[in-house]
Amino acid sequence: MQFYVIQTLNSLALGGVLFLLSSGFSLIFGLQRIPNLAHGALFMLGAYIGTSLISRGVDFWAAAVLSGIAVGLLGAALERLILRRLAGNEQGQVLVTLGVAFIIADVCLMVWTGDPIPVPAPDGLRRPIFAYGLAFPTYRLVVVGVAVVMAVLLFLLIERTRLGAMIRAGVDDMEMARGVGIRVSRLFSITFFFGVALAGAAGVVAGPIFSAYPGLDADMLPLALVVVILGGVGSLLGAFVGSFVVGFVYNFGTALLPDLAYVILFLPMVLALVFKPEGLFGRARP
Amino acid sequence: MSGPLRGLLALALLAGLPWLLPGDFYVNLASQVLIYALFAIGLNLLVGYGGLTSLGHAAYFGVSAYACAWLTTQAGLGPAAAAAGALALGTATAGVFGVLALRASGLGFLMITLALGQIVWGMAYRWVALTGGDNGIRLADRPVVLGLDATTPIGFYYLAAGVFAIAFYTIRRTALSPFGACLRGSRDQPRRMAALGHNVWLLRWLAFVMSGFWGSAAGLLYLYYHKFVSPQVLALQQSAEGLLMVILGGASTLTGPVVGAVVITLVKNLASSYVDRWYALLGVIFIVAVVFMPRGMVPGVAGLWARRRAPQS
Repeated sequence: MQFYVIQTLNSLALGGVLFLLSSGFSLIFGLQRIPNLAHGALFMLGAYIGTSLISRGVDFWAAAVLSGIAVGLLGAALERLILRRLAGNEQGQVLVTLGVAFIIADVCLMVWTGDPIPVPAPDGLRRPIFAYGLAFPTYRLVVVGVAVVMAVLLFLLIERTRLGAMIRAGVDDMEMARGVGIRVSRLFSITFFFGVALAGAAGVVAGPIFSAYPGLDADMLPLALVVVILGGVGSLLGAFVGSFVVGFVYNFGTALLPDLAYVILFLPMVLALVFKPEGLFGRARP
Repeated sequence: MSGPLRGLLALALLAGLPWLLPGDFYVNLASQVLIYALFAIGLNLLVGYGGLTSLGHAAYFGVSAYACAWLTTQAGLGPAAAAAGALALGTATAGVFGVLALRASGLGFLMITLALGQIVWGMAYRWVALTGGDNGIRLADRPVVLGLDATTPIGFYYLAAGVFAIAFYTIRRTALSPFGACLRGSRDQPRRMAALGHNVWLLRWLAFVMSGFWGSAAGLLYLYYHKFVSPQVLALQQSAEGLLMVILGGASTLTGPVVGAVVITLVKNLASSYVDRWYALLGVIFIVAVVFMPRGMVPGVAGLWARRRAPQS
């Protein structure tokens, strides 16, 4: 019983982290048609910046926000300085984000060395909660809470605000959005900043679970891709459902059949591709 | 110069190269260049002629290398049977992945191939019982192929050169054949090609499988060369290096990927003897190539050459 409680909570926590990571990826892809392949590397960079801040005595949550902002600014600079020069050349943009991912990963290795750096959970959340004779790891519950709150906030931002309406207009029909006077290029920068900042903050939030280590980027990127392929590009709901599906599949796969975890991860993606190639909540694009 | 003459000259250069090089180190370097050039010309069939950018091509390279190593060391097969099995498995993997990835095109295709490639990488890493995990699989020795002793640097060079020459000739014939013309058509005008009665999906899938076959052949040579395979060969960096060779040299030209493979392999070897930041350098080359040389080196130089000659004629 304890095993299933722990694994369920682990799956939910992984799903929460994946949502923070992939919602930004999905929004950027939906609006700008750029699969930002540096997303995993930026997640890792966020985690590393977080470890440095925390070791200098910064509060855990403040460190998460600050890392998110730092990573977001880097992303916005990348978008302004390089990606914008390649407007219209989608393949070129993708390859540039991949090049950036390699550079970030190597710089992280140089700065923070190859040893994994553990991230302590915030004070007061380290001890498990005991109830009904079972132990519940508190921090994982908090991660799920953070993800759900972020999901609600993002949903409200997209569906209920003027900015969200402009983003939706841009996703649906960029030409028309430009035509009615929306400054789509500024929208691009804002979305890129927020999407990437979410990834950076997610790196810190995930820190107590994964810790920061070289190769974290290569571990997270495929998970985010599977989430987005499964859930559908540009769909917040798709990213949410996809994250938790992948969280459960991957976590229980790792726990029950450690050798085959990656094969099992592959199954939901294959099923989605065969039966609904545009993803569970995606729309077919022209 | 006419086509056949140029071909013979290139073949003579390929055969004579070891005699021009000062030592075994350079012969081995030339062999490495040939392995990656084989990988790149195979990938170019898909990326250049098919217009489908794959970021998971290391999968076939790695599956074939792993399969041959496993069949030799665990199943105890002879070199010929193990090589045939490895090529078959690598190509079959490409067949299945092609069916999945071709559910999309463009950026969707790129993302799916990347995800599939990363999943194969993860399997090699985690499925320790089969692959030895991070320790990889070691091969006892290189085989003797058709009387050619590949255990010496020169012998291996000629093995790699032979395979490369066959691959280059085959891919050239494929690109110039009606199939190649249809494939380019499906890249530029997929809907028009479909309206003309061509099965665009099948054309793309065949290009995918052929590309996977040559990737598998390159993987086999890689295994023979290093006598060792580890998850590193399946990493995203491997796929990215191959793609960079194609794009840097010039996609959809026959010689572009070869030039790209020469440049990248030499830079990689040169750089790694001075700094150990190869991946950062790879990233920088990636960005510079995409931003400043979108069409690649071979078309760029050919353009300059044509401009020089134009006023005289």
